[in-house]
Amino acid sequence: MATVRFIGVGEPKPKRNIRISPKLAAYLQAAPLTLILGVFLALPLLMILVVSFWDYDFAQMYPDFLTMNYVETLGSWVTWKTYLNTLKFAVLVWAITLFIGFWVAYFLAFHIRTMAMQMVLFLVCTVPFLTSNIIRMISWIPVLGRNGLINSGLVNSGLVSEPVEWLLYSDFAVVLAMVHLYTLFMVTPIFNTLMRIDKSLVEAARDAGATSWQVLTNVIIPLAKPGMAIGTIFVVTLVMADFSTVQVMSGGQSASVALMMKNQMSLLQYPAAAANAVVLLILVLSMVAGILRIVDIRKEL
Amino acid sequence: MSKAAEIEIASVSKIYGNTTAVHAISLKIPAGSYCCLLGPSGCGKTSTLRMIAGHESVSGGDILLGNKNVTDLAPAERGTAMMFQSYALFPHLDLVENVAFSMKMKGVDKETRRAKALDMLKLMQLEPYASRRPAQLSGGQQQRVALARALITDPEALLLDEPLSALDPFLKIRMRAELKKLQTSLGITFVHVTHSQEEAMALADIIVVMNDGRIEQAAAPRTVFERPATAFVARFMGDHNVISGRATSSTPSGLSLTVPAGGTFSAPACGMPEGDPVDIAIRTDRVQIGKAAQDGLGFTGSVSNIEYRGSSVKLTATGAGIEEFTAIISDREFFEQPIKVGEAIQLSWHAGDVIVLGKAQ
Repeated sequence: MATVRFIGVGEPKPKRNIRISPKLAAYLQAAPLTLILGVFLALPLLMILVVSFWDYDFAQMYPDFLTMNYVETLGSWVTWKTYLNTLKFAVLVWAITLFIGFWVAYFLAFHIRTMAMQMVLFLVCTVPFLTSNIIRMISWIPVLGRNGLINSGLVNSGLVSEPVEWLLYSDFAVVLAMVHLYTLFMVTPIFNTLMRIDKSLVEAARDAGATSWQVLTNVIIPLAKPGMAIGTIFVVTLVMADFSTVQVMSGGQSASVALMMKNQMSLLQYPAAAANAVVLLILVLSMVAGILRIVDIRKEL
Repeated sequence: MSKAAEIEIASVSKIYGNTTAVHAISLKIPAGSYCCLLGPSGCGKTSTLRMIAGHESVSGGDILLGNKNVTDLAPAERGTAMMFQSYALFPHLDLVENVAFSMKMKGVDKETRRAKALDMLKLMQLEPYASRRPAQLSGGQQQRVALARALITDPEALLLDEPLSALDPFLKIRMRAELKKLQTSLGITFVHVTHSQEEAMALADIIVVMNDGRIEQAAAPRTVFERPATAFVARFMGDHNVISGRATSSTPSGLSLTVPAGGTFSAPACGMPEGDPVDIAIRTDRVQIGKAAQDGLGFTGSVSNIEYRGSSVKLTATGAGIEEFTAIISDREFFEQPIKVGEAIQLSWHAGDVIVLGKAQ
């Protein structure tokens, strides 16, 4: 005769008694992330901060506590000009990506009817990002160059007699490449916020007599602000830290803060580069703080 | 504020691709009345409301408000205001700005529109919350803000899309009373979409029962309950037993119908030809325990379920080819002679309580 045993009936298995106090458990749970952030973020930052006060010559660094690096960095006219130039790129790229990003996201969220199509088109937007940044950037060169696609087209059609010079190796080329690289960082968060807008809000606005433009300015844009703020943070921080795009697309004729740091490092002036990095970090963090003050993004997170 | 408008729907239909949501319905809602569009989900009641509001295009037919054809007008030009199911309050605006939204769109200056919105909020007893955002309010308060926002446009008709569905049962009953009071004091036409027959009965001057894109019956609540037009209405309104069968004899003095593999019941004459399928309804509270006074006005069945409801007891019985027959018996009557599940029981009713149901058009 078969015996039937019900699960949970009968003698319970002996319980293993490992008791961890709730306090210790909490610390243990937080430990892995703390470790990663500590080793890969806090420690390097601390090192940069420390090194920025060191002394150096052409071959070596000397542990010290000097403010010389900061004095040189902030006292130099070149630094200020470079910062201004970087900020100029940041503002231009931000304005253009915001404009393009908003309309792409708006089109996806409000004009594409089916969810499946929305997702397909959104994935299409991300396809260029499957290639490397550098390749996408470099592929502009044959398009914009002196004998590139655009110039040969213009010359052959007789619109201009000589190739247009400012297409490549100019601020225009830098901004164009950056817009190309960073627009998706604007599209994604804005699309995300727009998708969460209850469509009945648009109907309610129409019921109250709002025109399409009024719906946009009074309902959709105010509600898309958190997404715009997140996109802005992405784009601004990326542009402020960019050196490769500036170097490649300006052909060395334009400067950015990160490019300046790279040059300092290639001259083994690590403490000077570190001081520069600290200044840039403070500037970018205060910009992010400013954005967070203006727009409340907590709802999006 | 009282310039109510009659709403007339003339063979209006709505077609989405291959599916027809509304089949050429016609309806007249008198000025100043409270009309409930009632039906199960997917019956076309919300589509109908949205077509009246102008948020859905009309595939065929005309909609008249007052004596004006509004079929092709924008929502705001119709003189209607809509209250949305989830209220659709603007989350980024405070209450005053929410209520003043339509005036802002018209370009009314800030002082005037704020003053007017505050007056409206005062009327809705929401003044203390004027500077709050909708998310900081309770469901009932949000509903009042939505009402204030809709009413500030001074509409001739207010359209409400399941306005009470988001509230808890207790609040639902309170807000229901407030809606009725508001409609009475404003005197404008209210069109209210609901799937709750209880809500419709409590509020409406006219109930429009819809099913599958068609109107089954449009009448006063009492008529709908006491003389349901079709089997669907009788079942949907509840508290009715529907018996389906075929007319076996039809004479000017009466009709008798036979349930397949079951009993024969008598009903008042209705000119139905013999052999046709026919449905009759008997209200559950008009059924008694005991032998029928006359053949065809009762049957013997076995009790399949008993539910105690306080003042009454709900008996469900099976027999004479009827799957489920419900009787509501007063608690006193039941406990004088208690019955158990599985026992045989005689149920009967009066000839005057039999309603012959028609077919849907």
